[in-house]
Amino acid sequence: MTSKASSSFVNIGERTNVTGSAVFRKMVTAGDYPAAVEVARNQVENGAQIIDVNMDEGMLDGVEAMRTFLNLIAAEPDIARVPVMIDSSKWEVIEAGLKCVQGKAIVNSISMKEGEDAFRKNARACLSYGAAVVVMAFDEAGQADTAARKIEICQRAYKILTEEVGFPPEDIIFDPNVFAVATGIEEHNNYAVDFIEAAKVIRETCPGCHISGGLSNVSFSFRGNEPVRRAMHSVFLYYAIPAGMDMGIVNAGQLDIYDDIEPELRERVEDVILNRRADATERLVDLAESFRGQKGKVQEKDTRWREASVAKRIEHSLVHGITEFIEVDTEEARQSVERPLHVIEGPLMDGMNVVGDLFGSGKMFLPQVVKSARVMKAAVAYLEPFLEEEKVRLGTVDVSNGKVLMATVKGDVHDIGKNIVGVVLACNGYEIIDLGVMVAAEKILDTAIELNVDIIGLSGLITPSLDEMVYVASEMQRRGMTQPLMIGGATTSPAHTAVKVDPVIKCAPVIHVSDASRAVGIVSSLLNAEDKPALVAQTQARYQRLRESRKDGPPKPRLPIAEARAAALKLDWDTYERPVPTYSGVRTFDDIDLATLARYIDWTPYFAAWDLAGKYPAILTDKIVGEAASGLWRDTEVMMQRLVGEAWFRPKAVVGFWRANSRVDDILLETGDTFHTLRQQMVKDNERANFALSDFIAPEGEDWIGGFCVTSGPEVEAIAADFAAKGDDYSSIMVKALADRFAEATAEYMHERVRRELWAYAPDEALQASDLIGEKYRGIRPAPGYPSQPEHTEKETLFRLLEVENRIGVSLTSSFAMTPASSVSGMYFAHPGSVYFAVGRIERDQVEDYAGRKGWDMRTAERWLSPILNYDPFAVKSDAGA
Amino acid sequence: MNRTERIAALKAAAKERILILDGSWGVMIQRRGLDEADFLGDRFIGHEGQMKGNNDILCLTRPDIVTDLHNAYFEAGADISETNTFSATTIAQDDYKLDADAVRDINLEGAKLARAAADAWTAKTPDKPRFAAGSIGPLNKMLSMSSNVNDPGHRAVTFDEVYDAYRMQVQALNEGGVDLYLIETITDTLNCKAAIKAIMDLEAEGMDKLPIWISGTITDRSGRTLSGQTVEAFWNSVRHAKPFAIGFNCALGADLMRPHIASLSRIADTLVAAYPNAGLPNEMGQYDETPEETSNSVGSWAKDGIVNILGGCCGTTPEHIAAIAKAVDGVKPRDPVPTSHDMRLSGLEPFVLAS
Repeated sequence: MTSKASSSFVNIGERTNVTGSAVFRKMVTAGDYPAAVEVARNQVENGAQIIDVNMDEGMLDGVEAMRTFLNLIAAEPDIARVPVMIDSSKWEVIEAGLKCVQGKAIVNSISMKEGEDAFRKNARACLSYGAAVVVMAFDEAGQADTAARKIEICQRAYKILTEEVGFPPEDIIFDPNVFAVATGIEEHNNYAVDFIEAAKVIRETCPGCHISGGLSNVSFSFRGNEPVRRAMHSVFLYYAIPAGMDMGIVNAGQLDIYDDIEPELRERVEDVILNRRADATERLVDLAESFRGQKGKVQEKDTRWREASVAKRIEHSLVHGITEFIEVDTEEARQSVERPLHVIEGPLMDGMNVVGDLFGSGKMFLPQVVKSARVMKAAVAYLEPFLEEEKVRLGTVDVSNGKVLMATVKGDVHDIGKNIVGVVLACNGYEIIDLGVMVAAEKILDTAIELNVDIIGLSGLITPSLDEMVYVASEMQRRGMTQPLMIGGATTSPAHTAVKVDPVIKCAPVIHVSDASRAVGIVSSLLNAEDKPALVAQTQARYQRLRESRKDGPPKPRLPIAEARAAALKLDWDTYERPVPTYSGVRTFDDIDLATLARYIDWTPYFAAWDLAGKYPAILTDKIVGEAASGLWRDTEVMMQRLVGEAWFRPKAVVGFWRANSRVDDILLETGDTFHTLRQQMVKDNERANFALSDFIAPEGEDWIGGFCVTSGPEVEAIAADFAAKGDDYSSIMVKALADRFAEATAEYMHERVRRELWAYAPDEALQASDLIGEKYRGIRPAPGYPSQPEHTEKETLFRLLEVENRIGVSLTSSFAMTPASSVSGMYFAHPGSVYFAVGRIERDQVEDYAGRKGWDMRTAERWLSPILNYDPFAVKSDAGA
Repeated sequence: MNRTERIAALKAAAKERILILDGSWGVMIQRRGLDEADFLGDRFIGHEGQMKGNNDILCLTRPDIVTDLHNAYFEAGADISETNTFSATTIAQDDYKLDADAVRDINLEGAKLARAAADAWTAKTPDKPRFAAGSIGPLNKMLSMSSNVNDPGHRAVTFDEVYDAYRMQVQALNEGGVDLYLIETITDTLNCKAAIKAIMDLEAEGMDKLPIWISGTITDRSGRTLSGQTVEAFWNSVRHAKPFAIGFNCALGADLMRPHIASLSRIADTLVAAYPNAGLPNEMGQYDETPEETSNSVGSWAKDGIVNILGGCCGTTPEHIAAIAKAVDGVKPRDPVPTSHDMRLSGLEPFVLAS
């Protein structure tokens, strides 16, 4: 498939089809609709543009099942956002479905099987329900098999629909029947050709219509032999899409890249699909046996690719992330060219361009690309001495497509996302100048000028970094710098970029980059004189709209702080038995076993760190990202074995307990310190309280609060740097991502110990890992900087009380980020009524009150609270001045 | 003029100028300070339960007031006045325990009153013919949303029940002589699709074919209908009715409605209509946007070429309508965009596949 063709080809999700999915059928026949709804959700989350729903199963009441399922998914906005294909061979099931969808659906299918009258009647009904239709090439005489019959039936149906029924041509989708080929029966040999030819003629003679088909039929005679079936599907689409097939019920995970199919297999499959020779079937059957049982596209034992030319071998190594042969091949390539540089400019860059294209068209995923980069780096490292030697003789030559400076802004230490973007850009031939983390604006801008970079990229994860980015942008404006500015990182957003960053810089364009896969497209457009104006104009227009939509209307009304306090959560302290911790003060825990912690890891965010969306472990078998995810998982398991076995990290924790009482929105500790908390001011119509964390501590009598900080330890940085120095960014990113998981796991593990033995208010608790992830236990551990207490400076009090830096070596940056980055801190609340909540936006009256309690002036308070202010601090000031 | 000629005149007028719809009925009826006896009339004396508040019943019990209001709006400059039948379905009138005969009569009489008023004004001002639109309002029961928080699959009403209720209303309005249907204040697109199906089926069975005007309601600042659709998804869902006009009314004042009308204007191959409320209600539930304020806002839409039909919803009065008519006098109406030949599907969001 070319990327152009595939981009106009609509994949219809097929997992909510009882005839196609045994798992789904079992759920529906067992009446487990909640599970069935999750199947639909997964499908949409994984990119299905339309979902096919089919309930044609002998044991089911199809009408009832269709109605129940469609009504249930209508209540799920994540699912209901896409159109539904109502799929049944029974008209009453289709009609039941049509009565449940407010959107415009597709009916699959109607036909002239029972004559023109029934066809007209059903078509009119579809039109009056407002649905598009799939029309099967089927008439009174049966299903059309030859091209001539397919064309004749579809043309007749088209005429009836458009001229008699008044059906809009664009809402007609013909299914000219995909039949099995290579069945051994000679009459079947031309079936694929018949489909492709018919598709072409139908599209030409029935203007406006679409063509669809069920792909898996074509390979039916090779069931059980997945590699051959996948090859057949890819080859079929390769020819059917240009002929006009623009939709299909397809298992997206079961498509191979056309160019990737083993050439001999591809040739024989093409012979069969295109019916090119009389013995095509026998030849494919002969070859097919050698593929039976293979799962992946490329068998590890399959070394036939080693017989190709050296350039092809290098490309193969890059695309498949194989380092084993890269030095040998690089050496062979070097000997065949005049200068070592030509190896980089030639086969290596060519190979990386293939990787870039595959990634750009969604056929490769991030972990695979990062592995490709590792191979590339190994090749370049091998060439390094030769390049150095030549440099001595000739002086250096630059092969960069452009220079991109990247940095995590001052006060922030998070860099996984920035490193991934750097690797992806480097793969595409851009020179990356990575200044690392905690980089001051001056250093970023001085370096940019000194090295004459083309683009500046800023990254950050914590909310104070947003303000730092605004500052960097305003400094660029002051200096009149014109390099485009890219903004990325977990807390950044198009809205923040539009509203806060873009307005302070007029001399250079600002663009928010939502994930690594977008970075290449944006950088290449920004460096292309022809594409840049369009991208900049488009972005500007979008930001203008975002700003307008933000401006639209006043902020939602908030309660005055006094009223919010009156609506505080009122726990019944009289009857509550307040648990007493087993110790008071602070203790360090530094003998935490990595193997134990590994059991507490929530793996889903780990995959998310690699831009792979989906829940673990289902992600490993996901149709779209499953292959990339399981590849990553295999490599991760290898690293986990070493990491745990060789004890790469030494996780540590510090946990303290203090007597405490609440006073309004503050929590006063026996040490004389105060935790300040913030209260929700939103107007609630559900009689829920307006929470502050202080509500969870008793105002009088003995009560307790806990605090903690955990870290994966300082070893992480050194190990990651070691890998990076060896050119292995893949492992470097992996070790950091794992360190983050271990920090979270340590927090989970210590919280369980707190509940069971240290505070010991739930000594008999026995929960599974999934319950822990689902937070089904008593008590909470909110952290400053997160929704329940969005104000970061409270970490200072916590860190001082816990003596964090002395005890476990974690310190705070100027923006109150924890360093080392793989650390987690927070407070413990034990009351069963304590819950996580989001403070949401707050009003000026609370900010004034909070400033007073913290001993701050309003400016300082507004700066630290800026992400949650319900008013524009600058707008009000100018009013006051006028 | 017979109805065929009137429909031709309506379409011709829409090409020449911005058409004006009437304003709110609720506020105007409230001002009359009617009591239970007015609502009951002779026909419903002894009827079980309260009738006061059932404005539609006035078509049968105080037809003089209904005629007065049509006249007031036609006098203010409206081209189109709506029948007083917003809630005249068996499902909505069940709240007042009205039977099917009474519901049918409301629609029939309501249509006749609007017809007579329009004809009288057409005779008075032949160069400005007037039209009667059959008001088909939303129901208090939705087909796309559960009425039971514990059971998302539950529905308080079936598609067939909604279809039957609308079918009866459409038939009676048609028989009573309306020139077009106005399916309005749509909060749930599936309810609207049931009304469209009722119309299309009746026409296939031989009933006179009339233009359809579809008017949705964007309920809040999310830019979605109550049932969750975006503007474009809504358009894709009802496009098969080949509506004479598509637009939005109610819920929002003019300033908040404008972006949604602008979105429709860019995609609809038919007339675009808007009749916002007179601003948002104040703390007392009253609308206090003045005729000048309303006409300034919607007048600028006409000048910007994003709209073909304007009118008023909750809180607007004949004064508002007169101000709007004046503001858009002589303004060239919007040209509908060329018909798209893309396949336009939707869920809550649109999905478009080029042909």
